[in-house]
Amino acid sequence: MSAAISSGQGRAAARLGLFLLLLPAILWLGLLVVLPHVEMAILSFSQRIRAGVYGFGFGNYLEFLTEPLYWRTFGRTAIMSILVTLITLVISFPVALYIAKVARGATKPILFLMCLIPFWASELVRTLGWMMLLRETGVASYLMQLAGLTYGPVELLYNDGAVILGLVYGGMLFMIVPLANALESLDDSQVEAGYDLGGSGFTVLRRIIIPHAMPGIVAGSIVVFMLSVGNFVTPVLLGGKNGLWFTEQIYAQFITRFNWPQGAAFGFMLLLLSTLIVWAGLRLTGQGFSETLRRS
Amino acid sequence: MIKNLNRFGIVAAVSLLALSAQAQEKLRLLTWADYTPKEVVDAFTKETGIQVEITLSNNEEMISKLRATQGAGFDLAQPSQDRITGPQAEFGIYKPLDLSKIDSKLFIGSMLEATKKNTTLDGKVYGLPHIWGTDGLVVNTKVAPGVKDYLDLCGAEVKGKASLRAKRPTLIAFAFAMGEDPFKAYSDEKAYAALMDKVGTKLSACKANLKFFWDGKDALLAGLRAGEVTAAMAWDTGGWKLNSENPDLKFIAPKSGALGWVDTFAIPAKGRADDAAYKWINFNMRPEIAAKVAASAGNFSASQGADKLAAGKLKDQFAESFPQAAIDNIKWYPAVPAGLEAIEGKVLDKVKAN
Repeated sequence: MSAAISSGQGRAAARLGLFLLLLPAILWLGLLVVLPHVEMAILSFSQRIRAGVYGFGFGNYLEFLTEPLYWRTFGRTAIMSILVTLITLVISFPVALYIAKVARGATKPILFLMCLIPFWASELVRTLGWMMLLRETGVASYLMQLAGLTYGPVELLYNDGAVILGLVYGGMLFMIVPLANALESLDDSQVEAGYDLGGSGFTVLRRIIIPHAMPGIVAGSIVVFMLSVGNFVTPVLLGGKNGLWFTEQIYAQFITRFNWPQGAAFGFMLLLLSTLIVWAGLRLTGQGFSETLRRS
Repeated sequence: MIKNLNRFGIVAAVSLLALSAQAQEKLRLLTWADYTPKEVVDAFTKETGIQVEITLSNNEEMISKLRATQGAGFDLAQPSQDRITGPQAEFGIYKPLDLSKIDSKLFIGSMLEATKKNTTLDGKVYGLPHIWGTDGLVVNTKVAPGVKDYLDLCGAEVKGKASLRAKRPTLIAFAFAMGEDPFKAYSDEKAYAALMDKVGTKLSACKANLKFFWDGKDALLAGLRAGEVTAAMAWDTGGWKLNSENPDLKFIAPKSGALGWVDTFAIPAKGRADDAAYKWINFNMRPEIAAKVAASAGNFSASQGADKLAAGKLKDQFAESFPQAAIDNIKWYPAVPAGLEAIEGKVLDKVKAN
């Protein structure tokens, strides 16, 4: 009898313990993620009727769909972010392969550290650094003139190329880490077997290394894409008079137009559409999301 | 050891008390850069014992910040006079001013009356004038001597080297330069939208001529100093500051008229230190204090008599930029009715995205 009670108490205590352990996470998610989103969702469905009076309506979402300006800006942002993701992948893959498979001993952590160092400075500082390098009276322009490549100063800032450069630079770490993780588990003997069976370097890369690295590629791509689509500082500072990023539209609605409901609706469209793009990307490459999460 | 601990405890308690005493006498000020020289703030704290906590901002951010809290978080704000009644009608972020607590003799009479009129909503006054100045053209007269009006920023002379802000003053300025009167169209939303569309088309066509849309004053000044920008629409302050460094850079009152603005004092709806706010206003309008603030901001004060104390250089620069005809031609912003900002915003979005 007493044993049963104590075991019952034990179970209750265990449950309480589990609850207490989970509490910070629940509070975090509930108060800082779910609650603001619910608030934003409600806000995004309110419409201005006249000064100070708001009512329920889908007007803010209709505005996004019917005004070409907004979905064009979103399209531009999405396409450039996909481009950024691809470029980041192409640049990071050899780096990750070298770190995971070629580097030995102390070199490996040092190489990782070198990838990490730029992130010790804030994103704003890194972007301002790029501005100093790229501006008309900046370092790159000066060196090009010195080398006789151009006559007169060149402006490398304020264009889409500069935005892509900045975003790729900022995204590389988030691509290299999952890629290197995935490649580390690749057995060297598999690669050797590929060569023994007469495969060329390209065949080995295509049939053995890339399939093995796929979870890392997918995880890295999702992170880099989401970071690029949602970036604000880099496009604002490096982008020119033509380079409107979708996050700038959201900022403008909230801060300069005082139109919070519209900004909230844009925010939800960004969340929805970028999720759709990630889903489509997974579908196209035949990867499952849960699979990726499990393996990476 | 115990003695030490006790002493530590006493020190901690005393300093906590001191902190809370300070917290009671604190003025949280939402203002523009250069409006609060340290000298003036220190003198105010010394005289009244009130600490001043300063947050730097601009018109849009001020309204957004106050809107987010329904007017809490600050005890005194300094929006431009034309941006008060619209947001007040929409969001109710300010409280009516108690004019009996103001020493009205300290203000330039005509400016005080004009500002009161422009910031009155339902018979209550929400704003008092503080600093005024104009928007016009800052031009490198050596490289681009032909720039005389806003539309010249779209000319071949400054190709790729012009700059302006993607904000409402630019729309207004271009409308005037195109021979229209946007202020007359304020009352008719439809006509205003049509006019803004026309201005937007013009601005879009002009974009190829621009280096960038400037946002922060420092970025523009750096561009003008380095010669990357040779003509820009900007505040007179910036132009005169550059003029002191390089005489070729001048502030020019455009042919179609400089745009005149007045930054005000307004008290947020949930401000907690109204008395301190009124003290700050009266203190700031004293001629000798106002002259210091005006010198720091590089602009002019609404304080009666401060101009006589102004530094000679600024006076000369003003005289060069503003012959009497240009002064008479200044277009003062009337209050912006609620709802117009949405029209302008969409036009600006289009200009930026195209």
